[in-house]
Amino acid sequence: MIAPRRAHIWVPGVAAIGLLIAWELVVRLRGIPPFILPAPTLILTTLWNNLDSLLASWLFTIKITFGALLLALVGGVFLACAFALSRTLELALFPLAIALQVTPIVAIAPLILIYVESTTASLLICAFIVAFFPILSNTLVGLRSADTNLQDLFTLYGASRWQRLRWLLGPSALPYLVAGLKISGGLALIGAVVAEFAAGAAGRETGLASRILEASFRTEIPKMYAALTLVVLTGVAIFLAARVFSHLLLGRWHPSEQSSN
Amino acid sequence: MSIQIELANVEKRFANAVAAIEGFSAQITAGQFVALLGPSGCGKTTVLRLIAGLELPTAGRVCVGELSAAKRGVAMSYVFQEPTLMPWANVLDNVALPLRIGGVSRRLARTSAQDALAAVGLFDRSNAYPTELSGGMKMRVSIARALVTRPSVLLLDEPFAALDEITRHRLNDELLGQWSVQLPTAVFVTHSVFEAVYLSQRVLVMGGRPGRLIADLPITLADPRTPALRLDESFLRQCRMVSEALEQGKTREVTL
Repeated sequence: MIAPRRAHIWVPGVAAIGLLIAWELVVRLRGIPPFILPAPTLILTTLWNNLDSLLASWLFTIKITFGALLLALVGGVFLACAFALSRTLELALFPLAIALQVTPIVAIAPLILIYVESTTASLLICAFIVAFFPILSNTLVGLRSADTNLQDLFTLYGASRWQRLRWLLGPSALPYLVAGLKISGGLALIGAVVAEFAAGAAGRETGLASRILEASFRTEIPKMYAALTLVVLTGVAIFLAARVFSHLLLGRWHPSEQSSN
Repeated sequence: MSIQIELANVEKRFANAVAAIEGFSAQITAGQFVALLGPSGCGKTTVLRLIAGLELPTAGRVCVGELSAAKRGVAMSYVFQEPTLMPWANVLDNVALPLRIGGVSRRLARTSAQDALAAVGLFDRSNAYPTELSGGMKMRVSIARALVTRPSVLLLDEPFAALDEITRHRLNDELLGQWSVQLPTAVFVTHSVFEAVYLSQRVLVMGGRPGRLIADLPITLADPRTPALRLDESFLRQCRMVSEALEQGKTREVTL
């Protein structure tokens, strides 16, 4: 079957709108009460009525998410480069990274909250712990998968370690790094929300998770959905941003970006 | 003429203790174009990698210029069977790479790379990426990259084996044209008798397992070599001579 032009935009769009209309119709026709399942239009009006508090929380969650993602990117890439250059360092520290990765974040979060005074900082640390591993491990694999003939070429011309890293290993690792970033983007958001649940924080400097918790204590189901909508939109936006980023970095040369258009 | 490359009684064993080559000795004078001919798996590539210093001999001596090959006292370039270009860099930066590694500024390296690309007829593709080029074009870029440093020693490992015959013939002529301008010492690995005779001044025939030198044949053809030569009587006669040497290597392998 031949897909029509721009099918990748309008097919998912139409499907999503159709799903929302179906949801609205089911709620209205069957008379489902809003404290069980609110209709999309009610969620939208709730969002509008609570816009001030929800937007402030949204901004906070975004701040934590992207802060953690940036830390994960810098930390993951830096560690991967260090591991690629020194086998000893990798042997010493990689198990630690794995231990950190396999421990559920809800289990470490209370400890971090005790040790770190600032709530914002501890949330950032939690989200970072969740997000950084895919970047580290993917980048490390990428740094190790440079073409062996090109490696020989660099040896033949007497390249320094730094030249090899900058002109050969780094670019070879880029597609892997981007793949890791796509995973880590979603994980950073999950980390930011889960850590806030664990913190159970209240007050002004809090994110969407706190709004969801508050609304759930008061059984304000439409408000829970409204906050959840913002979380979902953030996740989708991160995913799309990662796609654009990947296309900008790899579009001209990497096979993963050649077939999609 | 001075000796540029010398292999003396070289043996190479890999980690699994299997010998790739054994008792290999040869001397190559500066500016000579030598073809290294033999069946697959006879250790041709190993000999080339030893000369490049990418492998170390387990016994014997490999010298390039005054020093042992691994010290790399002489400017060398290597052309692989695959074009081996960096897919993330455009053609110009690919060709400029050896100069950049050597510490040449980006501007100067690009100027030299442009000249090298012009010499292989790809000046107008400087900004293209390797994925946008045909197999023959990629190989030309690879050759331009090898020649941009004006090396004293040019090593080629079956560079045209994956190309169709028409493109291969054309690239053979282009390579000879380039070689006659810079006159590096060239070692060309191939398993094609015709290619070996057409290109070189001397054919080293390898055979057996582990590989050894079984014949060292001078080629006497008028320079410059032109496509008409492929049908010339003396060309075909020398091809037969080389083929017979190759066959003898096989029969000896059987009797051993």
